[in-house]
Amino acid sequence: MSSLFQFVILLLLITDLIMLWSGRILMLIRLSAVQGALLAALLLLPVNGALDAEHVFLAAAVFALKGVGFPVFLRHVCHKLGIEPMVRPRLGRMYPMVAGLAGLAFSLWLEGRIPAVVDLFPPLLFPVALTTLFCGLILVVGCAKALAQVTGYLVVENGIFILGIPLMTEGSVWFELSILLDVFAAIFVMAIAINHINSAFDSIDVARFRNLRD
Amino acid sequence: MFTHGECMETFLLALLLMAVGALLTGVVALRPVSVATNRTANFIGPASAAAACLLGAYGLFSGGWSSAESFILPWGLPFGSFALGLDPLSRLFLLPVFALGFTCALSGCISLRHCDPSEHNLGAHWLFYLLLLLGMTCVMTARDALLFMLSWEIMSLSPFFLIDFNDRDRLVQDASWVYLVAAHLGAVLLIAFFALLWQQSGSTLFSAMAMKSPSHVTALFLLALLGFGAKAGLAPLHVWLPEAHPAAPSHVSALLSGAMLNAGLYGLIRSFDFFGPAQLLPGWWGWLLMAVGMLTALMGILKALAQSNLKRLLAYSSVENMGLMVMGAGIGLVGIHTGSAWTAALGFSGCLFHMLNHSAFKGLLFLCAGEVLHATGTVNMTALGGLQRRMPLLGALFALGAASIACLPPFNGFAGEFVLSLSMIRSLELPGMEQKIAMLACLTGLMLTSGVSAAVYAKAYGMTFLGQPRTSAAVDIHALENRLLLPLLVPAAACVCGGLFAPWAFKMVQPTLEFIPVMHAGLMAPAGHVIASTERLLTHISLFGGAALLLVLIAVLARRALLARSGVKRGPVWGCGYQYGTPRIQYTPASFVEPASRIFGHVMGTTVKVTKTDGLFPDPASLDVDAPDVVRGKFYAPLFQLMERACNALKILQNGLVNMYILYILITLVALLIWGIA
Repeated sequence: MSSLFQFVILLLLITDLIMLWSGRILMLIRLSAVQGALLAALLLLPVNGALDAEHVFLAAAVFALKGVGFPVFLRHVCHKLGIEPMVRPRLGRMYPMVAGLAGLAFSLWLEGRIPAVVDLFPPLLFPVALTTLFCGLILVVGCAKALAQVTGYLVVENGIFILGIPLMTEGSVWFELSILLDVFAAIFVMAIAINHINSAFDSIDVARFRNLRD
Repeated sequence: MFTHGECMETFLLALLLMAVGALLTGVVALRPVSVATNRTANFIGPASAAAACLLGAYGLFSGGWSSAESFILPWGLPFGSFALGLDPLSRLFLLPVFALGFTCALSGCISLRHCDPSEHNLGAHWLFYLLLLLGMTCVMTARDALLFMLSWEIMSLSPFFLIDFNDRDRLVQDASWVYLVAAHLGAVLLIAFFALLWQQSGSTLFSAMAMKSPSHVTALFLLALLGFGAKAGLAPLHVWLPEAHPAAPSHVSALLSGAMLNAGLYGLIRSFDFFGPAQLLPGWWGWLLMAVGMLTALMGILKALAQSNLKRLLAYSSVENMGLMVMGAGIGLVGIHTGSAWTAALGFSGCLFHMLNHSAFKGLLFLCAGEVLHATGTVNMTALGGLQRRMPLLGALFALGAASIACLPPFNGFAGEFVLSLSMIRSLELPGMEQKIAMLACLTGLMLTSGVSAAVYAKAYGMTFLGQPRTSAAVDIHALENRLLLPLLVPAAACVCGGLFAPWAFKMVQPTLEFIPVMHAGLMAPAGHVIASTERLLTHISLFGGAALLLVLIAVLARRALLARSGVKRGPVWGCGYQYGTPRIQYTPASFVEPASRIFGHVMGTTVKVTKTDGLFPDPASLDVDAPDVVRGKFYAPLFQLMERACNALKILQNGLVNMYILYILITLVALLIWGIA
């Protein structure tokens, strides 16, 4: 079970790095769906203790929202707005990838130094969670398109979610569910905002916001 | 909660009345502005302010002037408490607040009664007026640092909206912003002052802060001096005063100048409580206060002399008077340090006595200036003249205020400055030549200030009320009914009574000495003798003054009666046969000040422009004396421009790119993580 857990975590890391390399919005959305499915899988592979009904319920909710709901919704927005499929990374492809790898190295360095309860985090989980968080932020920083930034935000949230998995105790499922609901609302609002941005600026390129300065 | 005494209850009722009045006017302010809402606000606001002030004044006197009472109410905030206290020091400073609060409310009600609803929302105006009153009252009575600072903020913010009454005028907007910046720079220093005290004593209560001797007392003293000095208008922190006072409506200027400036002095005196035992205070503090006070007074009065705008002149004169008061406080500190009861008692008494007197005559003068503005549409003295004949009562009231502020006996201004000068004369007996010389220099400064002050008010009264009208503004005046000047009789009566009954007025100041924190018991006993002998002197002066006033009155009445019997008619003054006098050959504000500007030009910062004529036939000639504020122009303006440039340079960070902002967050997060781990 543990090796399967590690494998899923590695898959998450790979999706992070592919996302940094990818230049297409649809690809990003698809990969975020994959990450949602992998998160649900992580919940079904508990490292400490047996599987309980609450985890299964949460896994189903995560899969339904992150694996299916958000990607379908974002694709729908993408098609509705008729935007060009490329994200037009403002930093090219190489710099985000290097930054992502630096984030991974920093996370590995941090794992050895952070004061944490012994055996709280299964191996690799902490660095991958942190790397996912960094990759999400790099996507937000590096992408010109607002829709790609929403995907970046989702990836950041995924990183935070992974960090929270070992900390889940009994009854905390409702807490996680409420966070999920929060994210749902955020994505919904962002999509509406993007729609308005598109109609106001004839584009969802966030560089146009510069006009709003001062 | 504990409270005792009927006086505190009455006082709290007054506070409640102010709050309810503010609430009601606030509700009116939220409605669409119309003639009806303005009329309602112009009734509720002044009525509640006047009633609260009367109630508050009754509360001050009802429990005995010398008693000290306190009131603590838990208020649900995690720190601080609603601790109020009434001691003679608070009572003395509250007296001008309530007296001028009452007078200015009535005067404001009269002057704003025909206000255009399309331009002004009187609901908002009276809301902020009541908040200002509430803030000042709480500042004078707060016994908790947090409550003090909250009240200080209310007191400092409300005038911004009051000054900005005529907000369509660009100059008024600028003035209110200058005020706001100055008020908040001072507040920042005070926050630092109280935060340091809080950190060292572990409590926000004044009583707890006073129990513990803090470290770094000099830093604390300088913070208090700068923070409270900015409110009191001490040089070089005075720059907001000459801008804000002319811009504000006159009843607001009167309240700000006569009551709010005192808050700075009150805070400074109250803060002496927090610096540990009086005997251990450094001696140079007193000398510093004296030097700052003297420089402020001299600078203020010389700048006042150069002004041609009546309200600006009065504003600079307020700077001068605050300087004199701080000089008095400095003399008191020097007396405490040297153990001289005479110097200490008379220094502080003079300071507080002058504070009371200043509130009376400055309130009166600002309200008179407001009536001049209302009648003629201008307070520029170059356009005025000859108003005495058209508005005799107003002229008489202004003359009374001018005589008081110019320290002419038997009015109250003389009594106050007499006590101040007495404190310095007796301080010449202090040991050490350098102390004697410094005291003599201050005495000379006081005399010079008083002399120039007489010239300033001779100019102010002469240019405005005497001679012939210089422009049509002074001819086509709005008829002013005498009954509308009734509110002005309150400060006028204070000016006369403060002089004729000076010993009694001086007695009001005495109980405060015991509550001036640094006046320790060793000095209080000999101080009683000092006070008694000063009171005797003041009694003689009052008797002589009263007798002289009575004689003049009898002479005037006798002359009138005799002339009426002999059938003498009034006619124009015989001009030695000269037939063609015109307003153009009168003294102007510029020509009046031109001789003085030759001597004090560098100090006054005056610029004199003379256009002379050559040739046989005269061409138009002119003389223009201007006095821009040097501190503002040469120091603050470049400083703020520098700051603006620095802030603009920082706009490179505020580039409008959302991505970059998120990058900043990312960098901060990583830096914090590394910092936390390291």
